[in-house]
Amino acid sequence: MSDMRTPLAKVRGLGSAKDGTTHFWRQRVTAVANVFLISFFVILVIALQGADYASFTEALQNPVISILLLLVILVGCLHMKLGMQVIIEDYIHSEGLKLLLLMGNIFFVSIIALSSVVAVLKISFGG
Amino acid sequence: MANADLKANRPLSPHLQIYKPIVTMVMSILHRITGAALYFGTILMAFWLVCAAAGPESYQFAMDVFGSFMGQLVLFGFTWALVHHMLGGLRHFVWDMGHGFDLSAANWMARATIIGSVSLTVILWIIGFIVA
Repeated sequence: MSDMRTPLAKVRGLGSAKDGTTHFWRQRVTAVANVFLISFFVILVIALQGADYASFTEALQNPVISILLLLVILVGCLHMKLGMQVIIEDYIHSEGLKLLLLMGNIFFVSIIALSSVVAVLKISFGG
Repeated sequence: MANADLKANRPLSPHLQIYKPIVTMVMSILHRITGAALYFGTILMAFWLVCAAAGPESYQFAMDVFGSFMGQLVLFGFTWALVHHMLGGLRHFVWDMGHGFDLSAANWMARATIIGSVSLTVILWIIGFIVA
């Protein structure tokens, strides 16, 4: 059978989902960033374990720490949104439930990201 | 084929319960499971930060939760999932660059992932106890 795709579709190379390698690329960019950001996060959590309230807030009022922590939250949440989307698309075959879960994924990630960002900003701006 | 038995005794293609688990397959499955666990684990991160933002009393409450035996156990698992998913990700970077596809390399990297993640997690917690 001959190829039914139009020359324009072929040259764009975006496939049936219309976004080509965008998902893959974002997944990998956030993954590379996370290698450094999560390493920072683990070190930060070890350094802050059992810290009292005053030393905890003092640490987060350091702009380098709060900016890196915000990056951890944002890049981490974007990465996990992409990952959970793939898990849902792989295992949920009923269209209605899939749509619901794909939306729920975005809602969950948005709530986690926004509440964490607001908390960090509030502490870093001085409570 | 009017009398074909469509319900029972049909041949099945091999699936998870049929295949003997091999290290590359188990690491692939673990990569996805740790990813999903970390996804829900971020609830703990948000809980920690929001409690701290709410004030000293709720911060202390969060510290008590994380300091309890169950809290420590969950955080230990969280650490392992994080390290394991990261090492699994590094393995994917190697594949992305077009290397590590032959059997010996794939098996070697899979073993390194699990050995590395368990030992790194233990080392991180030993460092944690020393620092504390």
